[in-house]
Amino acid sequence: MTSLLTYTLKYLPSTSQWALRFSVRPLSCSSQLRAAAAVQAKSKQTLAKPNMRNIVVVDGVRTPFLLSGTSYKDLMPHDLARAALSGLLHRTSVPKDVVDYIIFGTVIQEVKTSNVAREAALGAGFSDRTPAHTVTMACISSNQAMTTAVGLIASGQCDVVVAGGVELMSDVPIRHSRKMRKMMLDLSKAKTLGQRLSLISQFRLNFLSPELPAVAEFSTNETMGHSADRLAAAFAISRLEQDEYALRSHSLAKKAQGEGLLSDVVPFKVPGKDTVTQDNGIRPSSLEQMAKLKPAFIKPYGTVTAANSSFLTDGASAVLILAEEKALAMGYKPKAYLRDFVYVSQDPKDQLLLGPTYATPKVLEKAGLTMNDIDAFEFHEAFSGQILANLKAMDSDWFAQNYMGRKAKVGSPPLEKFNIWGGSLSLGHPFGATGCRLVMATANRLQKEGGQYGLVAACAAGGQGHAMIVEAYPK
Amino acid sequence: MVASRAVGSLSRFTASRMLRCPGYICRSFTRSSALLTRTHINYGVKGDVAVIRINSPNSKVNTLGQEVHSEFIEVMNEVWSSNQIRSAVLISSKPGCFIAGADLNMLTACTTSQEVTQISQEAQRMFEKVEKSTKPIVAAINGSCLGGGLELAISCQYRIATKDKKTVLGSPEVLLGILPGAGGTQRLPKMVGVPAAFDMMLTGRGIRADRAKKMGLVDQLVEPLGPGIKPPEERTIEYLEEVAITFAKGLADKKISPKRDKGLVEKLTSYAMSIPFVRQQIYKKVEEKVRKQTKGLYPAPLKIIDVVKTGIEQGSDAGYLSESQKFGELAMTKESKALMGLYRGQTLCKKNKFGAPQKEVKQLAILGAGLMGAGIAQVSVDKGLQTILKDATLAALGRGQQQVFRGLNDKVKKKALTSFERDTFFSNLTGQLDYQGFEKADMVIEAVFEDLSLKHKVLKEVEAVIPDHCVFASNTSALPINEIAAVSKRPEKVIGMHYFSPVDKMQLLEIITTQKTSKDTTASAVEVGLKQGKVIIVVKDGPGFYTTRCLAPMMSEVIRILQEGVGPKKLDSLTTSFGFPVGAATLVDEVGVDVAKHVAENLGNVFGERFAGGSLEVLKGMISKGFLGRKSGKGFYIYQEGVKNKNLNSDVDSILASLKMPSQPDVSSDEDIQYRLVTRFVNEAVLCLQEGVLATPTEGDIGAVFGLGFPPSLGGPFRFVDLYGAQKIVDRLRKYEAAYGKQFTPCQLLVDHASSPNKKFYQ
Repeated sequence: MTSLLTYTLKYLPSTSQWALRFSVRPLSCSSQLRAAAAVQAKSKQTLAKPNMRNIVVVDGVRTPFLLSGTSYKDLMPHDLARAALSGLLHRTSVPKDVVDYIIFGTVIQEVKTSNVAREAALGAGFSDRTPAHTVTMACISSNQAMTTAVGLIASGQCDVVVAGGVELMSDVPIRHSRKMRKMMLDLSKAKTLGQRLSLISQFRLNFLSPELPAVAEFSTNETMGHSADRLAAAFAISRLEQDEYALRSHSLAKKAQGEGLLSDVVPFKVPGKDTVTQDNGIRPSSLEQMAKLKPAFIKPYGTVTAANSSFLTDGASAVLILAEEKALAMGYKPKAYLRDFVYVSQDPKDQLLLGPTYATPKVLEKAGLTMNDIDAFEFHEAFSGQILANLKAMDSDWFAQNYMGRKAKVGSPPLEKFNIWGGSLSLGHPFGATGCRLVMATANRLQKEGGQYGLVAACAAGGQGHAMIVEAYPK
Repeated sequence: MVASRAVGSLSRFTASRMLRCPGYICRSFTRSSALLTRTHINYGVKGDVAVIRINSPNSKVNTLGQEVHSEFIEVMNEVWSSNQIRSAVLISSKPGCFIAGADLNMLTACTTSQEVTQISQEAQRMFEKVEKSTKPIVAAINGSCLGGGLELAISCQYRIATKDKKTVLGSPEVLLGILPGAGGTQRLPKMVGVPAAFDMMLTGRGIRADRAKKMGLVDQLVEPLGPGIKPPEERTIEYLEEVAITFAKGLADKKISPKRDKGLVEKLTSYAMSIPFVRQQIYKKVEEKVRKQTKGLYPAPLKIIDVVKTGIEQGSDAGYLSESQKFGELAMTKESKALMGLYRGQTLCKKNKFGAPQKEVKQLAILGAGLMGAGIAQVSVDKGLQTILKDATLAALGRGQQQVFRGLNDKVKKKALTSFERDTFFSNLTGQLDYQGFEKADMVIEAVFEDLSLKHKVLKEVEAVIPDHCVFASNTSALPINEIAAVSKRPEKVIGMHYFSPVDKMQLLEIITTQKTSKDTTASAVEVGLKQGKVIIVVKDGPGFYTTRCLAPMMSEVIRILQEGVGPKKLDSLTTSFGFPVGAATLVDEVGVDVAKHVAENLGNVFGERFAGGSLEVLKGMISKGFLGRKSGKGFYIYQEGVKNKNLNSDVDSILASLKMPSQPDVSSDEDIQYRLVTRFVNEAVLCLQEGVLATPTEGDIGAVFGLGFPPSLGGPFRFVDLYGAQKIVDRLRKYEAAYGKQFTPCQLLVDHASSPNKKFYQ
């Protein structure tokens, strides 16, 4: 808390209206918080359930997240995933043969390594007797990897599972057009020269136009940025508010990086290049400079710009998840428990990015907690406008009653507990890898700040969403 | 099935389709004498931008009437004289409607063309002031922007439209037999180019926002918003206003130019149009096309060309003058009165006068996956109705499912649907061979073969599985509903729903009630029909109901005329030049010769001599040779795949020759032949009203035009009697009666109307 305080005070002179507004809030709230921490008035002492295995995260790592097209550009996805896996091995010293299972999340699949979890595990020197599978659920793919691990352990199928995620946006599979592919496939089946010639004669120049991986939502044909811009407009969020929030994210990330708080990052020696040690997308700018940018999606009057959106990122992450008794038996000091989680989905057109709004009250209800019980919020920041829209939606009785079928709003998380080590806007967002970063940030923050409960939430393409409660492992 | 098949052919007709587009809205509001506060238009000032909001009270739409006009002038004068205001935004507060057009009542209340011309000139003056405004005005369009609404919008300096499905811009005046009379004929060609302007004004087609942006009709698009701090529609309008305000400011500050960058094609077109010779060629070409399509039956399109031409060739003063004069003239024509009547009728027939049913129909089941059954399924699934399609064989079912899919997929090709929407809609359809799920059905529509015993069989089978509240509707074109209902345990739940083929194209639905049908059952059927997007007439049960019954005597006359030696081609041209969308002989082919015979026989037995005329032997002879019409490849014409110009089937000549009747020269002129057909139709329609089969003349007109292709330029049989004169029609009938006998005896109601000229079907 004090660090946040000093932070805001330090930045007060340099940043304008925004800092003023935020500086007031933490000041007034921090006293309450301190009081709350003293009383420890949590709704529940712990979220442990009788007759259920406790599941813990021992530790987690990630490669530095880099703007795509930079140092990782010549790698393949499994190279990055391998780096995360070896980093995890190194960090936790887990004996390779103890690992029962490996699960990775990814979104844009490299066709050569469609089960990237397996390829990476083999390359990272895990036992070839450890099965691995890959899951995909857009931006919550690695969340899905982790919750799959939770399921495997809870049901007693496994004790030790590695979950992670990877995304390499520097290279994406660009295909031949369907017509061209069809012709090539037919050619491979053609037996005589005549057949081949007649097939080739059907060739047209437009067969050569390539097919790019879809950037738009398949069901609605709308790009996510476009939807975010509409969402921001629907919640009446101004360009300035969005730029301010993005600036906050970058400033906080810069600070966390500077203070060495991003301890989940492990250095990665890129073959043929220098060792990468830190995220390279953090670039606090000024509101004036951000205001100069043109809207990226709804032109010419939209509010979502390159500066207030998350950028295309390369990166991988991995966490070690165990049954508590196994972890203790192995002599580990776990960082956190993984507790209740939910997945939600809603209209992919108009509510594409509102997953956190739907998931948050649901997971709190499931866990029997309230907003006040949460000490650390880690929400995935796809766009400034998306985060601010979710905050507004969570704070709206009207929205809760008319669209979520709830009696009242859940309330908006206090910003002083919210993404205070930066977020996807500044740290970067490798689609498949962000989930593990969120969980590790939550666990590390709880450890650092002495909080008990953390809440992870994220939206994902397809109009889906996820939330999970992370409970600090008692010291 | 007769009428339904008959009308398959009518789908190609544009005039009946053109009435789909709601251009003008009838609305009667009481006028209070003292208008101290403004009721329709108000404005507020945001910074230096005046936001002018149009919101007519007690109406779903905004229309341009006298009151709106004068309030608009008041508001604009205040805006122009205010020192604080530098620009303005014009917006509607109604969701789904900017301005739907001029107030139709204002036009129909006029008795002389001078009055109408004056209305036009007042509007022209007003819009000219808007166009010349030094303070930029931005039209913020959400929803329908039609007719006068579009003319106002294109007078503004800038247009911003929401990319909503409801946002449609268009000049549908031509569909009402008039022209854009508030400067539209002059401004539109300048804005979108002459060819595109002609296309808009001559077809009356509505243009969606994204297309309008490409054409240069609007300058910016605004995406509709989802839920946020307010309901989506509300917030979208607010957002549109916010965006419009920023553009209004930008225009006032000269940061934004109202001029648009034209594409290469556009530049070339406008260059070409600057060459007088090219222009003359275009006028000529357009005029030729219009003459060919309208056959001189509709005066409005030619006048539109004329007015546009005057404006371009002689300057805008001459153009505006010509526009207002021609507008006045057209408003007084019979054609425009007929078309306006149809428009009002169509609006009336899109309401459920039986109230809301007790239970909303959510689960529909259709028996028979033939052309009709699948067609009904197609118009149901895309409206969100859960639909079971049942047939007896997998092959028949598969064909039906494919028809539904193709129908939806065609819309995807036309970009009216996304492939995702298509898939979602298609998932509302369940194809099956058994009665599984019928226990949850709220309505069953049977579309099995037209055979009474078969219909009885399915009715009994279905009644064994459906719940008590479920409505049983029969899609039949001729079998009396009470005969079908005779085997029902619950006749109050049995009703007729007569669809017209192809179901997705034909707008009409004829609902048939028996004496036992309950009001709630009727309400339910109307509700479903409206949901399916149909224009609905509700008629009493009886042989042939209304539509088939009117068609039968005319068909009988068709056969007689052929027997008298008039060739099918000649007959076709006589009927189409009278305004029928499809020639009479072609119609027989389209209906199917066997079906025509079946109905003629049935109704002939019931109605006796009145339905006589041509000899059934002609049809029987054709059937015996396998000439069943289009479906068998041969009828009066020969039909070949891919061949556009059909040839006469010379083999029919011998049948006709062997059954030749002597023609009677005094009733066989071209005009007489046309009137023999039409008067029989009209006489039977009036008799239906007299007998109470029809409840109102409006429904009679709508049924005849939308279901049977009665010439829209005549407005339907009842409107025709009113406009043409009952006496003249009775005179004609008497003349033909003298030659042919009872088939032409005018019915009592018609005679009554003839004897007292004040009597009109439409007051």
